[in-house]
Amino acid sequence: MHPARARRLKLVVIMLLGVFIAGGFAFMAFKENLMLYFTPSEVAAGKAPTGQRFNIGGMVVDGSVIKSDQSVEVAFDVTDYEKTITIKFGEILPDLFREGQAIIAKGKLNSEGVFIADEVLAKHDETYMPQEVADSLKHKKKPGYGKEGYDKKRDGKEKETP
Amino acid sequence: MIPEFGQFALIVALISAVIQAVLPLIGTIINQPNLIMVARPAAQAQFIALSISFACLTYAFVTHDFSVKYVTNNSNIDLPLLYRVSAVWGAHEGSLLLWALVLSIWSFAVTIFSRQVPPLMLARVVSIMGWISIGFLLFMIMTSNPFERLFPIPSHGRDLNPLLQDFGLAIHPPMLYMGYVGLSVAFSFSIAAMWANRLDSAWARWSRPWTNVAWIFLTLGIALGSWWAYYELGWGGWWFWDPVENASFMPWLVATALIHSLAVTDKRSSFKAWTALLAIFAFSLSLLGTFLVRSGVLTSVHAFASDPERGVFILLFLVIVVGASLTLYAVRAPLIKSHSQFSMLSRETALLLNNVFLVVLTLGILGGTLFPIFTVALDLGKYSVGFPFFNFIFVLLGTPLALLLGFGQLLRWKKDNAQQQLTKLIPFSISFILALGSVLMMSYFSFYALLGMTLAWWVLIMALTSFMLRFKNQSLSFASLKKTPPSYFGTHIAHLGVVIFAVGITLTSNYSSKKDVLLKPGESYLMDDYTYQFNGARQIIGPNYRGHEGDIIITKNGIVIAEMKPQKRIYYSQQSPMTEAAIDAGLSRDLFVALGDQRGQDGAWTLRLYYKPFIRWIWLGAIIMSLGGLVASFDKRYRQKNRRMQTSREKDHLTGKLT
Repeated sequence: MHPARARRLKLVVIMLLGVFIAGGFAFMAFKENLMLYFTPSEVAAGKAPTGQRFNIGGMVVDGSVIKSDQSVEVAFDVTDYEKTITIKFGEILPDLFREGQAIIAKGKLNSEGVFIADEVLAKHDETYMPQEVADSLKHKKKPGYGKEGYDKKRDGKEKETP
Repeated sequence: MIPEFGQFALIVALISAVIQAVLPLIGTIINQPNLIMVARPAAQAQFIALSISFACLTYAFVTHDFSVKYVTNNSNIDLPLLYRVSAVWGAHEGSLLLWALVLSIWSFAVTIFSRQVPPLMLARVVSIMGWISIGFLLFMIMTSNPFERLFPIPSHGRDLNPLLQDFGLAIHPPMLYMGYVGLSVAFSFSIAAMWANRLDSAWARWSRPWTNVAWIFLTLGIALGSWWAYYELGWGGWWFWDPVENASFMPWLVATALIHSLAVTDKRSSFKAWTALLAIFAFSLSLLGTFLVRSGVLTSVHAFASDPERGVFILLFLVIVVGASLTLYAVRAPLIKSHSQFSMLSRETALLLNNVFLVVLTLGILGGTLFPIFTVALDLGKYSVGFPFFNFIFVLLGTPLALLLGFGQLLRWKKDNAQQQLTKLIPFSISFILALGSVLMMSYFSFYALLGMTLAWWVLIMALTSFMLRFKNQSLSFASLKKTPPSYFGTHIAHLGVVIFAVGITLTSNYSSKKDVLLKPGESYLMDDYTYQFNGARQIIGPNYRGHEGDIIITKNGIVIAEMKPQKRIYYSQQSPMTEAAIDAGLSRDLFVALGDQRGQDGAWTLRLYYKPFIRWIWLGAIIMSLGGLVASFDKRYRQKNRRMQTSREKDHLTGKLT
């Protein structure tokens, strides 16, 4: 083989090897950090794993938010209009968190079936609903809510930002 | 009347863009210099038309013209003037107009500052930029007209999202767009060079300053966004690996790779095909970023009400751009011959590896960002990819990158001596010891901090060594400094920025403290030697909001460090509250206090407390990096005419027909 070509081949092989090793590590990290999304109904039916982090999404039930006077802790219920799951959160809630709004929480389920969240996401726009939540509410038959209600609401009040 | 005029200007801009794109294209094919000459005035006309259109929309905002739907949706009678202006790009339609305007600014700049580029080549570049303009202007006119009227006319608007009522965010989008769209120049040069089958070092030299300047804007734009997220989103984070953040970071990574690869193509006439591919890749990622942000396919803190129709248009546009450029690349790339050779141990290899790491990092981030979309599209379940994944690949690939950066600065082009490399173990050991010393000075030991600091010291020491070696045989006089090309200094300044940036992320990520507490008036909390004394919150009233302002005194060893006044605002036009954090900024640490919510009857509030060491270094590093880019852009080499590089055919154009 031509020496220059052999050199180039060596370089390419080393690079590919490096990329594969990096890719392997990255893939492992990827698998560890992949989080599934569950609805309250799925969680209630025992489909969600215990002791493993996952996302749960739904509407915050009106009047369900209980704020402690003694610590930062908050508890509230989320629903997909079929089942309701209680979420506990030990940090300050985001500004856009409100009763009747859609949220996504990240965390683990404890043995009593309470979701212990380490992160709660509410979106910037008050008419915004996370896609997962919108989809999972689409099939539930609650008049005025769900995807249709959401769409109607959005048409009247459309707003975006970069 | 003014809004209609704005819309008319928009249509004039589209017509100019069509002329700019089509006539020079025909001209280069049928060899007609008159048509080629159209490129410059057409691009300039497009710029003027879009400026007028943009001015009209701004005028509508400033004068509270609520008959324009877009103004009604994004402004309010109480909105201060500065934010009425920035509200122009506060939502979809206006930001597209800004996108188009910025593109025409770049096209205009190309027609002004590219005197050294042969007219034929310039015509090709401007024509390609014209095609991109057509795409975006069509998109805007067909789906997102910012001048649409509203009837009946409301008496006041719905107000700008309060998050956007902030100076940082007022200038963040224009900066970012200048960067995003600026990459279209490197892209157009690359396509034009392939089109003419002239991928050579002259092409690389023309592209370099444009790529640098776009990269500067992108760097500053991203840093501004990060800074804004830090103080305005209110929760003290400076980077969330949010899809929209990733969308701006990916083109940055590839643009960084492109800058390095262009250097090789320019100086060694090597990596030509790769450089061309990177230029395509960088701009495609910019378009992808625009698509992700504007279509709302991603669940993101930046993604608001989504509109699938608009998304489809940008996706289609993206597919056409990527498809056409890759097809051209597939046809042209095999024809490119590289004449220069280099050995395994050379600066070329180091820069090649730099490119590989940057691109692999980009692909990793791309994978993590797009994976959730694909699983939903293919009905495989709904996933989200956690930020530890992104942190992991950033460290995984950032580490060899930084090692390489220190090592590569002293490598020679073409071939270096293998034995000599062993001497670099000495500076490496020194950096390790210095890093160990730095980490031991901190409150506790952390492996990642040691790693990060070692890399930072390593890059710094190697940069200083390279600097000393260069001026070893000459006195450091003004004359010898003047002889050194600006690109040399630019490179080192930018790398110094990397050092400062690395120190910033390393120390902030490993030594920050955060605590959410509930405090009654008079109570205090001790965290990292700092005592936070809460003195209650009082009611406040602002121009378009009301709210509460807390009073917190921070002391350290009994000495008052700062009085903090964080606010919780409720804007009249919105239902949600807004957090205005109070920050005591310093070069070695930031103290950060944000108000949460009121609890109970006795005036107790939840507070978020942060201690963030060296966080300013992250943004300072980014500023120094862009400063380096700026200095490098002033290199005279980029502006010299290089007649030798012109083919005989183009020479005919120049001497025979055009003059």
